[in-house]
This record gives sequence, C-alpha cells and structure tokens, in this order.
Amino acid sequence: MFPIVQFIQRAILQGTPLLFGSTGEILTEKSGNLNLGIPGIMYIGGICGVIGGFFYQSTAGIKLNPFLAIFIPLLCSLLGSFLASLLYCFLTVTLRANQNVTGLALTTFGVGFGNFFGGSLIKLVDSEVPSIALTKIAKIYKTTLPFADSLGWFGDLFLSYGFMVYLAVVLAIIVALVLKKTRIGLHLRAVGENPATADAAGINVTRYKYASTCLGGMIAGLGGLYYVMDYTNGVWSNNGFGDRGWLAIALVIFATWKPMIGILGSYLFGGLYILFNYIPVSMQTMPLIQMLPYVVTILVLVLVSIRKSRESQPPAALGLNYYREDR
Amino acid sequence: MQNNHTPKTQKRTREPLLHITKRGAVSMKTAVLIRVAAILLSLIFCGIITILLTGDNPISIYITIFEGAFGNAHDTQFLRLWATLQDIAILLCISLAVTPAFKMRFWNTGAEGQVLIGCLATAICMFTLGGIVPDPLLILIMLVASVLAGVLWGVLPAFFKAFWGTNETLFTLMMNYVAIQLIEFFLKVADKSGSNTVGPNILKHGWFPALFGQKYLLNILIVAVITALVYIYLKHTKHGYEISVVGESENTARYIGINVKKVIIRTMAISGGLCGIAGLLLVGGTSHSIASNLADGRGFTAIMVSWLAKFNPLMMILTTCLLVVLDRGSTEVSSKFGLNSSFSDILTGIILFFIIGCEFFIQYRVQFNKKNHAEKEVAA
Repeated sequence: MFPIVQFIQRAILQGTPLLFGSTGEILTEKSGNLNLGIPGIMYIGGICGVIGGFFYQSTAGIKLNPFLAIFIPLLCSLLGSFLASLLYCFLTVTLRANQNVTGLALTTFGVGFGNFFGGSLIKLVDSEVPSIALTKIAKIYKTTLPFADSLGWFGDLFLSYGFMVYLAVVLAIIVALVLKKTRIGLHLRAVGENPATADAAGINVTRYKYASTCLGGMIAGLGGLYYVMDYTNGVWSNNGFGDRGWLAIALVIFATWKPMIGILGSYLFGGLYILFNYIPVSMQTMPLIQMLPYVVTILVLVLVSIRKSRESQPPAALGLNYYREDR
Repeated sequence: MQNNHTPKTQKRTREPLLHITKRGAVSMKTAVLIRVAAILLSLIFCGIITILLTGDNPISIYITIFEGAFGNAHDTQFLRLWATLQDIAILLCISLAVTPAFKMRFWNTGAEGQVLIGCLATAICMFTLGGIVPDPLLILIMLVASVLAGVLWGVLPAFFKAFWGTNETLFTLMMNYVAIQLIEFFLKVADKSGSNTVGPNILKHGWFPALFGQKYLLNILIVAVITALVYIYLKHTKHGYEISVVGESENTARYIGINVKKVIIRTMAISGGLCGIAGLLLVGGTSHSIASNLADGRGFTAIMVSWLAKFNPLMMILTTCLLVVLDRGSTEVSSKFGLNSSFSDILTGIILFFIIGCEFFIQYRVQFNKKNHAEKEVAA
C-alpha cells in the first residue's frame, strides 16, 4: 500500500525550505525588487546559523541551554541574511544598480560564502572535531510536542515536526494578511505596481523597498537555517542545499505572488522532489520527475501571461528601479 | 534659498547631508578612471580578506594568484596558461552570446541552460554516432545539433515574450533546470553505473583536433572569430541597429517600422545559438565529458561580464580576463592553504559588488551640501 501519511510528512519536511524562500521572495517582489540573490541569501542564512551554533556548542560544552541553542543560531542566521539583503538594497535602491546583475552577484557570493565557511570553518578555528555536526542543537530544533507520538496518524501528519515547520506556515499567513488586509500592505503593493504614483501619494518608496527586501531576505534565510538544523540534523554539506533557492523563486510564480497558495505549492513541490522514492519507477526516469516542478512553473507563467487575468500578474514594476528624477 | 533660518526652524527643515545630481555626458576618461579605481579598491579589499583568512603576507598571496593563473617556473609546457586561456575563451563566448539579447533589454538569465542543452546535444551526437560516421562529419553534425538545441532553448521564452509578454527573466531561469535534469537523465541512460559524469571513456569520438599540438587552440580561435563577428553584428549591421532601438524604446521601434516581435525572436535565436556553440566547445573541445555542472555557473557569470562591459565585445575581453584570472588564482590560494575552493566565488562576488556599485558614481555626482556661512558665524 502507498504510505500516504509518511509521504505527506516527508513532502512537508522537504517543502518547508521552499516555503520560507518563497514567502520571503513574495514579500520582496511585492516592492518591485526581483531579488535573484535569494538562493545566495538562503546559503548565508544557513551557514551563519551553523557558525553561531558551532561556536555556542564548542563553548557551552556538554550541557546546552535549549533556549540559547535555538536562539543563538537563529539570531546569527537572521543577522547574516539581513546584512546580505541590506547589501542588495543598498546597491539596487540607493546606488540604482541593475537588479538582475546584483542579484546574480549576490547568489555567487552567498553560495561561495556558505560553501567556503562550511568547508573551512574547522580549519580556520583550529578545532579538533572532524566535521561540523551540530547534532545536539539539531535535536533541540527538532523537539516535537511530547504527546505527538501517541496520536497515531493525526500526530504524524500534523504534530511531528520541529517548530520551524510551523513557523514557516505562520510567517506565510502573516505575510498574506499584511499584504491583503493592512494599510502597510496596500502601500507596499502600490510601490511594487507603480512607484511613481506611490511616491506622489506620499509613500516613502525607498523605505518600503528597504524594509520589505530586508524582511523578505531574513525570512528566506530562515529556510537555509531550517535545512541545516532540522532537515539534515545539523550536518552541513557543501552544495547540499542544492537548487532549492531557485525552486523557491519558481514557487513564487507558481503561487502567482500569493503566500497562501505558496504554502500548498511548497508541499506540492516538496512532494514532487521525493516522489521517485514512492512510485515504482526506474532510477533512469528520476530526473524527469524532478524536472516536473520547473515545467509546471513554466506552464503557470505562460498561462498567466496569456490569460492576462489581473489578479495573478507579477507586480507591474518588478525588476525595474525607481528614479524619482526620471519621470 | 533658506538663508536666514534660526537653528530651531532649520532643524525642522533639515537638509540631507549630501545630494545627488545626474552627470551630463560622462567623458570616456572619467568613466574608465572610476571603473579602474573600483577594481583596484576591490582588489585591495579582497587582499585584506585573504590575508585575514590565510595569515600569509600580501606579496606571496599575489604571487600565488599569478602562478595559479599563468603557471610557475616548473610549468614549462605552459599548461596553466593554456587552461586559463581556454577558460577565458569559454566565458567570453557565453558573454558574447548573451549580449545581443541584453542590448535589447531582454533579460536572458537562461544562458546556463542554453549552454547545457548545447553540451547535451553534442554529447548525444558523440554517444550515438561516435564511431559510426567519420570524425569530421561527426563534428559537423555536433555543430548543427548544438546550435539547434541552443536556439530552441532561446527561442521558446522569446516567442512567449514577443506574443504575450511572458516574463522572460523567470521563464529563462526555469529553462536552466529543465536542461540540468535532461542532462541527469542522459547520464543515467548513457552510463548504467549511476555516476554523475559521462567521461571520455564513453564519449570517444568527435574530439576537436589539436592545432600545432595545442588542444585548446582551436577553441580559442573560434571564440576570437565569434568576438569579431558579434562586434561587427552589433555595431555595423541593420540588425544591430534594430536591437539597440528595441532596447532603448519599443514604442520608438514600432513607430519607425521595426517588427519588434521578429527582432526579439531573431535576437534570442542568435543568443541561444551562440550559447549552444559554447556548449559544443565545452564538450567537444575541452572536457570530452558531460555532467550537469559542466557550465559551472558561467551562464550567470556571463550575464555580469556582459553588463559590466556595457555590452561592448572588446571590453568584455578585459572583464573576462579579470574574472577568470582571479578565479584560477584564488583557487590556487585556497588549495595552498587547505581552504575550500569556493573562496574564489567569494572574491568574485566582492569584485562584482564593487564594479556594480561604481556604475552609480559614473552616472551621478555626489556632492556634500555646503553649510551656510551666515549660520556658522551666528553659531560662533
């Protein structure tokens, strides 16, 4: 029989980094910034958490304070991805550089940054441990509710995850509500659709772009942190995060810039990522199944542009910088 | 001007510390000076970081970088130098390929995929026809197949962009991963052992001949010819003119009777085709093997190279040299000190940030707002 509960469970685990990434990127893109640096930022978020956790684990010794063990990596991760997004904002908003080029440079830098410190951290601090394994911290990250095991399939399906899986969903819902229901969200969408009009209406375009891009980057960075601390049990492997950052950007299109659809989409993409384990296919066709998320995304992109439905278009000023003087 | 404010009201209407004015026409000299200054600054910055991480002295680091890129006294065959030239040729080829599309403001982020699909087409030809048809014919078939594959990968997004305005940045980006997974599929089919490369032991035929005993020379010559052709195409042909007009303003282009849709599709066909050739050079001329990381992010680096050179093919030679030399040099530094080879990506990223940032200072002038003399006297 098809192990449906286990499949959904693993799809959710696999989809969570994508959910963080896409929620962050949706928030960013709503301000008109197409941040192609998200894959790099996710690496930075991951490795900064690892660096924080590594230093905490080596100073704290055997007994870890659960609160600090969660808090220090989390803070380091947020700080790292904040600084990376700030750099992106500074270059594109203040220095008016091309967004695509800046984003790609940030991805090159971020992936390199992650792999470099992941591969050289031990050497750089002259530590005796053979590899970075933050298993104790990861165990704390993966703590589930104590009664989850006793609830059968319901517990497996809904309660068997570490807190970051729920955090991803909560953040997506918050972003969706803020975008849809609040004045701040309305202003932000105005900035992304038509910055000149927003500016004329007295909205501080620069401030909104900075705030949404930095916050979006921080949320995306959490995806990297989740991947290391929860999904891989605290073991960093170079390039292990793979192309998930780009998949997150694909998911933004798939979700037509709506975080709520992003939740379902991320689990769907997560499911496609691991589907080959569950259906009787030969090893050979596995890549073709892994290709599906991208093909589906392209189809969505094409259909949306052909149908021209106003609800599901990209923000009109996406990828374009705003020059007040150029009007 | 608000000259006679008391300090209190001045606080309310506080002027910013600096203001920005757009420069008029920037002289070539100023622009070049600013860029050179940015590159020097970034190199100094990279040097400081390298010193901090390795603890070595700067001169020996620069010597290591130089040796990594150009070889040392033991390397009498100039193997390093040839490998560096070969890397420059491939990156330059891809940069040239993306340039026509960028000049048209078509954000083709799919060069990686277009190169990879060219690699795949080449490898399929070598795999299925190798040994069956004579090598010269095989190379010809490889050329046709790789160009066609690249054209297909380029034209597909262009078609939807031209007719329905589909976002090309995202479309081409997704096509990269379709190409990667297709290669993975090919690897699984061609090599049953499940390894992640199919190497020269399987792709035995269709290798480019070595000229004068140098196996990379043909690649380099081909790219040199392509550089000249792209330069002429963009600067001195009607097509090149149409590309610039569409890039500046689609409405103007339409008004003067340019068929914008046709130009978009045609230009992307050229871009994709050249990427396909880069794939051919990679598989047929250099590695004789295929893996999904064969393009090694060069499709993305090329975008930055092209943009940094302001779409000028001759400037691109310089930017490519800078990036490749630095890349190979810093890989050498990291291996010398037992650090991870991604070190070069960090340095590349830093240099790119500096160059990206300096464009602002070419287009705009930053001036500090002068304090009012009258107020100074009052305060004193």
